[in-house]
Amino acid sequence: MTRVKQISVFLENKSGRLAEVTRTLADHQINIRALSIAETIDYGVLRLIVNDPAQAKQALAEGGFTVTETEVLVVEIPDRPGGLANAIERLAARGLNVEYAYAFVTHSGESANVVFRLEQIEEAARILANAGIRVLSGDEVYRL
Amino acid sequence: MPDSNVWDAAAECMPVERLRDLQSARLRDAVRRAYDEVPAYRSKLDEAGVRPNDIKSLDDLPKLPFTSKEDLRDNYPFGLFGVPLEQVVRIHASSGTTGKQTVVGYTREDIALWAQVIARTLAAGGTTARDVVQNSYGYGLFTGGLGLHYGAELVGASVIPTSGGQTKRQLQIMQDFGSTVLCCTPSYALVIAENGAEIGVDFARLPIRVGFFGAEPWSEAMRQEIEAKMGVHALDIYGLSEVIGPGVSYECLEKKGLHICEDHFYPEVIDPDTGKVLPPGELGELVFTTLTKQALPLLRYRTRDLTVLDESPCSCGRTHRRMDHVRGRSDDMLIIRGVNVFPSQIEGVLMQIEGTSAHYLLVVDRKHGRLDELEVWVEMGQEGFSDEVKQLEALQARVQAEIESVLGLTVRVKLVEPKTIARSEGKAKRVIDRRDLG
Repeated sequence: MTRVKQISVFLENKSGRLAEVTRTLADHQINIRALSIAETIDYGVLRLIVNDPAQAKQALAEGGFTVTETEVLVVEIPDRPGGLANAIERLAARGLNVEYAYAFVTHSGESANVVFRLEQIEEAARILANAGIRVLSGDEVYRL
Repeated sequence: MPDSNVWDAAAECMPVERLRDLQSARLRDAVRRAYDEVPAYRSKLDEAGVRPNDIKSLDDLPKLPFTSKEDLRDNYPFGLFGVPLEQVVRIHASSGTTGKQTVVGYTREDIALWAQVIARTLAAGGTTARDVVQNSYGYGLFTGGLGLHYGAELVGASVIPTSGGQTKRQLQIMQDFGSTVLCCTPSYALVIAENGAEIGVDFARLPIRVGFFGAEPWSEAMRQEIEAKMGVHALDIYGLSEVIGPGVSYECLEKKGLHICEDHFYPEVIDPDTGKVLPPGELGELVFTTLTKQALPLLRYRTRDLTVLDESPCSCGRTHRRMDHVRGRSDDMLIIRGVNVFPSQIEGVLMQIEGTSAHYLLVVDRKHGRLDELEVWVEMGQEGFSDEVKQLEALQARVQAEIESVLGLTVRVKLVEPKTIARSEGKAKRVIDRRDLG
């Protein structure tokens, strides 16, 4: 199964930078599925799930941005109380540490997709799949 | 009629004609000694085709080749010493351009001379044996602490060697011991003033009266600020360890430039590009020839400090020429909190850290009531970039720790986007100095 590729962009904290990233993506017909920003005093790291990560990476790098690509785990969490807790508890029980996570909803609105960034991605995928939680492949996410 | 603040009237108020004769005589000796005792000088002069006998008076000075910081580096550590090490009683050092320290030595006589010029400096601000001198320059390899210390003792003042830092304790001592004289960098004077004001210290009611502030460039605006906040006369003191340390020149209470102790350190101002001597009043690079120093004799040493010489008489009665506050540098050295910083040192650190690019910018700032701050902007290269903030913070911390250990100075490292640091044609712009030096 193909893992989901996340694109991360280094952004200095100055006005207009985020707009330049989104404009660059738009100009290349790239659709953003999900995003999150981690911020510090001086800079932020913008993380993106897009429909075409390879092209997004290339477009941003050519636009002069510092870009990196990492594999993340995207899982489908039922949209009800305890849905996320169930998944995370299973990872915690096996000693897996989530570096960060963010979520986005799908068109149907019945479930949320949660992006997990962790070191042991294959092990996490196995644990979650065994618990009956659906792990999405890259192709599935890009097509959403 | 010289004022009562002249420490050594015979020297400081010597008629100009006699002073020039004295300088010429001392110059002949100095050149002879350098040629005879320092092999590096002998080859330097031979190469330039100059014999000691060619130097008969000050007029012949331009025949001599310049000495630069690179000469000190090439002869590291003791190669330019004019006496055997057993006659050297003190060694100081400051940063050099390439990680190697600039090393300077002193004989017993040099130390006595140094105390004399500091005594002139302190006396010019009215310091006497009745004063309590709080010396907040750092003690150590840096010449500030020990330099001021010996001169203050020579004057007979009660010296408190507080050294730098621990501002609360500085304030406590200033109040409890009744310090009348403060010696420190001008930016630290402001830190003391503002910290004091915050905790309710009323400087107007304290006996503190005069301050000797040097080791970094400052401005008239800063003088006014310190004087207003601390209720002192704020006087500039200049020096560099190569020439002797602090005390090369000092201000009198006229506050119209710094009298150069030119009976010992002969000044010239040159065009930094052509090396041509400039007439008085023109801005150029200050060059010193040490006339009497023994351990480290220097001929036409290029300070890289930019200033103007003023030959007009001063109403204090001193005949020694004055230089203006240092207005800048003819190289890229920065002086931050008394520490010499060369951009090349930072480049050296960055080259060794994976994940950073060699593009960097140094931003120096002087915020109100704070010491000068050095911010190092480093471009975030593709290789070092991570989606995890903790990795970026680790990189930032590592760069900071390495720079701090090389410079001996606290810095702030800021990661910036690639290509945000301007690439200029030819020489890159590595420094933004936001300190207002008027």
